[in-house]
Amino acid sequence: MITWKRLTVGLRRPMAVACLLVLGTLVIAAVLAKWIAPDDPYQQDLSNVLSGPSAAHWLGTDELGRDILSRLIYGARLSLFAGLLCIAVAVLLGVTAGVLAGFFAGRVMILFDRVTDLLLATPVIMILLTVLAVFGPNMNAAMIALGVMLSADFMRLSRGSTLEARSALYVDAAQVFGLSRTRILLRHIVPNVLGPVIVRASTLFGAALFIEAGLSFIGLGARPPTPTWGSMVAAAGNAIYKQPWYLVPTGGIIVLTVLASNLFGDTLLDATVDGAARARPRRWSRLKKQRQATVVSATAVKTPAGNAKSDETLRAPAAVFERDARQAGEGEGPKTGLLSVSGLEVSFPSADGWRPVVTDVGFEVPHRGSLGIVGESGSGKTITMLALLGLVPSPGKVTAGKIFFNGRELDPSRPSSFNVVRGSEIGFVAQEPMVSLDPVFTVGAQLAEPMRHRGRMSSRAAHGRVLELLDLVGMPDPRRAAASYPHELSGGMAQRVAIALALGLEPKLLVADEPTTALDVTVQADILDLFRSLQEQLSMSMVIVTHDFGVLADSCDSALVMYAGEVVEQGPVDEVLSAPAMPYTAGLLRSNPYSAVALGRLPVITGSVPDPGAWPSGCRFQARCAVATPECAEGSIPLTTVTSHRRARCVRVTEAVRS
Amino acid sequence: MTSLPYARIRRRLELSLPKGVVTVGRLLARRVLLAVPLIWAIMTLTFFLLRLAPGDPVVQILGDRATGPQYDQLRHQLGLDRPMLQQYLEFIGNLAHGEVGKSLFSSRSATAVVLDRMPATLSLAIGATILSVLGGIAAGVYAALRKRADGSAVQVAAIVGQSVPDFWLGLVLIGLFAVHWNWLPANGFVPFTESLNGWALSMVLPVVTLGLAAMGSVARMTRAAMISALDREFIRTLRANGVSNRSIVFRHALKNAAIPVTTLIGVRFIGMLSSAVIVEQVFALPGVGTLAIDSASNHDYPVMQALVLYLTVVVVAVNVIVDVVYSWLNPKVRLA
Repeated sequence: MITWKRLTVGLRRPMAVACLLVLGTLVIAAVLAKWIAPDDPYQQDLSNVLSGPSAAHWLGTDELGRDILSRLIYGARLSLFAGLLCIAVAVLLGVTAGVLAGFFAGRVMILFDRVTDLLLATPVIMILLTVLAVFGPNMNAAMIALGVMLSADFMRLSRGSTLEARSALYVDAAQVFGLSRTRILLRHIVPNVLGPVIVRASTLFGAALFIEAGLSFIGLGARPPTPTWGSMVAAAGNAIYKQPWYLVPTGGIIVLTVLASNLFGDTLLDATVDGAARARPRRWSRLKKQRQATVVSATAVKTPAGNAKSDETLRAPAAVFERDARQAGEGEGPKTGLLSVSGLEVSFPSADGWRPVVTDVGFEVPHRGSLGIVGESGSGKTITMLALLGLVPSPGKVTAGKIFFNGRELDPSRPSSFNVVRGSEIGFVAQEPMVSLDPVFTVGAQLAEPMRHRGRMSSRAAHGRVLELLDLVGMPDPRRAAASYPHELSGGMAQRVAIALALGLEPKLLVADEPTTALDVTVQADILDLFRSLQEQLSMSMVIVTHDFGVLADSCDSALVMYAGEVVEQGPVDEVLSAPAMPYTAGLLRSNPYSAVALGRLPVITGSVPDPGAWPSGCRFQARCAVATPECAEGSIPLTTVTSHRRARCVRVTEAVRS
Repeated sequence: MTSLPYARIRRRLELSLPKGVVTVGRLLARRVLLAVPLIWAIMTLTFFLLRLAPGDPVVQILGDRATGPQYDQLRHQLGLDRPMLQQYLEFIGNLAHGEVGKSLFSSRSATAVVLDRMPATLSLAIGATILSVLGGIAAGVYAALRKRADGSAVQVAAIVGQSVPDFWLGLVLIGLFAVHWNWLPANGFVPFTESLNGWALSMVLPVVTLGLAAMGSVARMTRAAMISALDREFIRTLRANGVSNRSIVFRHALKNAAIPVTTLIGVRFIGMLSSAVIVEQVFALPGVGTLAIDSASNHDYPVMQALVLYLTVVVVAVNVIVDVVYSWLNPKVRLA
């Protein structure tokens, strides 16, 4: 939505200022024509007709030897006034009707719909010709008629913005506070409507000017010898063989005016669009909202809830890790490296060169293993995941690091090197299923596409495979699902389809970005079950990015905790959850709502993740850490080994584990 | 999810018939039903507007001889001496049969007079639409893919193109291609039944003149829609799951981007019918535009009414086509 505030930002752009200057100059020249025009616009000089530019006549003379510049300045009066009159009528009528229709909705809206339909279907030029026939060569009547017809445009526009503003929370709040309808209209709705209206008006001003000039051009405007821009172009057209120059200033002034008003609208629109993109809410706020809504979830089952248990779990998994270590050392068995990442660094351009947002990230995912990457928003977990797919959003890029996948090296700095593995060997499930499927293709068409083009299947074979896949992910009626469009599915069903899309070419690794966050609580457990059973059935490895320790405990066997762009702790899930080695992990666990004590206040980690340019030297978590010492600020803190398979980036690592 | 009951209803409605048939048929029926009161309203409006016009067609026909019995006789003959309401009811009665009366000047049926002029105008408007769609979408996609330098060059060219008045552009093109280089005819229309080549040559300059501004706006809309489509989340998901870049751009992004562009093309086509009136003057094309101006200055009511009728029908038809294409592109509106 184009808000008033963003509009004023646009108004300060140099292009907008330049356009306003041009338009302002024209208006002033038109108003002061009597004093500014170098000559009398009616003064004929038959001895000097159709001359080119000269010192006496800067823009030359017309077919009767009159000064073109003076005639253009006088012509501006009629043309600019006509354009302004038309837009004023259109805006007044359209905005009033549109805001009322949007605000009161219901029957009023239907009525306005019919009226706008009528106005939009009316052949504009016929009405104008009729009006001109009725009122004689009177441009004002024609422009008012045009304004009435253009008002349909503003009616639609302002009705849309009103509906949008009306459904906004602050309007609800204002109603709850008991503000009167008029007050809400004037204070909250009209400012929201004005932005788009101004943008549109500046474009339609150009259109109105065109029509006025066009009508004058065909001789339906002010009678000669009154100068109008359109009639001057017509005269220039008649003299095209004798003095082609005549066309240049007469058309040029129209181009200049319309260009200025078009560019003005365009610049404002651009500024508001950019502003909207920047003002997009951070993901964390969305997650927080979801968390507040989530009270209890089936995924909480495995989360360590009490302290009593933790001693036990601390000891028990040790045996497991020894077994893992043995296997890794021998380089055999089913669980050895499918994916290996080391020294990964992703940077974005900033005012002072490339600024890393993720540094020195390394981890391994064994065959059939599953890794959970956890951390707050801004920890770099999503960027890390995208780097695995070669999809770091532009203008960012991978500036260091190595990725080995299934025995081959992928060059992370060259996104195209991932083309061969995306889809076929690595599948991806996005966070929000409803927006991660193409709304204009059926589920079946989307699922079949990679199979046909990458898997080189016939369309019949692909269709059969689509039905199999949909069945595999638990869609109750695969045939019907394949024929559906994404908007016809529920969130949980759409996520199943998204999973099917990722499984299409039987990948060895499934990467999932918060796969349950956007779903209803009741559906989350089903989807997690699905992930687990698919992993077993298809012998896949998984990387799941999540902020939810429930998901981590439920679906992953190792954990990677990230903070401010680096790995702060990694190890087997059970052990990390039961005895975090890093104060940050411990803090995250404590603030997990699933483990909260009833009626107690949920402990939170105060402060927020520092932005990439603001990382301190030493430990990046020190400012928020309850147990930080001066030592924490000295040099970079290495990732140290805690036990054979656990590592943490903390100077007090051992104390933390013990306490 | 709110979409679920809706999906169920839709499915129940459609199960018995092949997909697409129900929806398009329904859409057409609805549109035609809505068009009837629309045409009635517009025809009524113009009927009274025209009768209010100062200036008397009888005087226009008879000129200086418009006196005494001759005047009264012609007035009676044309039915202009009857009460306005009676004239209106007769007019509506005729309209129901698709008739709007005879031209006051040529005594031919007004609809036939208009039909004679349609080929030139439709050649012009359809040609310009094809030019603006092909050129505009190609330029828009290109600009969207190259966001930086080339992209903004296309953007600037499009804005400048939209700011050039077509009648002036027409004169400039005549000045260059007909007067200066003498490559193309400056004006006139060759019906394609006479000479296909001559028709094509006579249409080049008018089509470019009319189509250039629309091409600019189609290019800008396509660019914006492509950029926003490519920015949507499903693009990343599809890319991550092995859909090729070519398919991402030309299948997925373009089909999503085509939704707003379709609406724009419909709007531009309707706008071109108006602009054509002026462009026809520049190139001396015998289209409905020239007829409209002549009949307006002669107060030839039946011909003007016939023109309004035809243009309204064309507008309604274009809107139906746009709706059908739109519903094909955007599954969410299929039941609308």
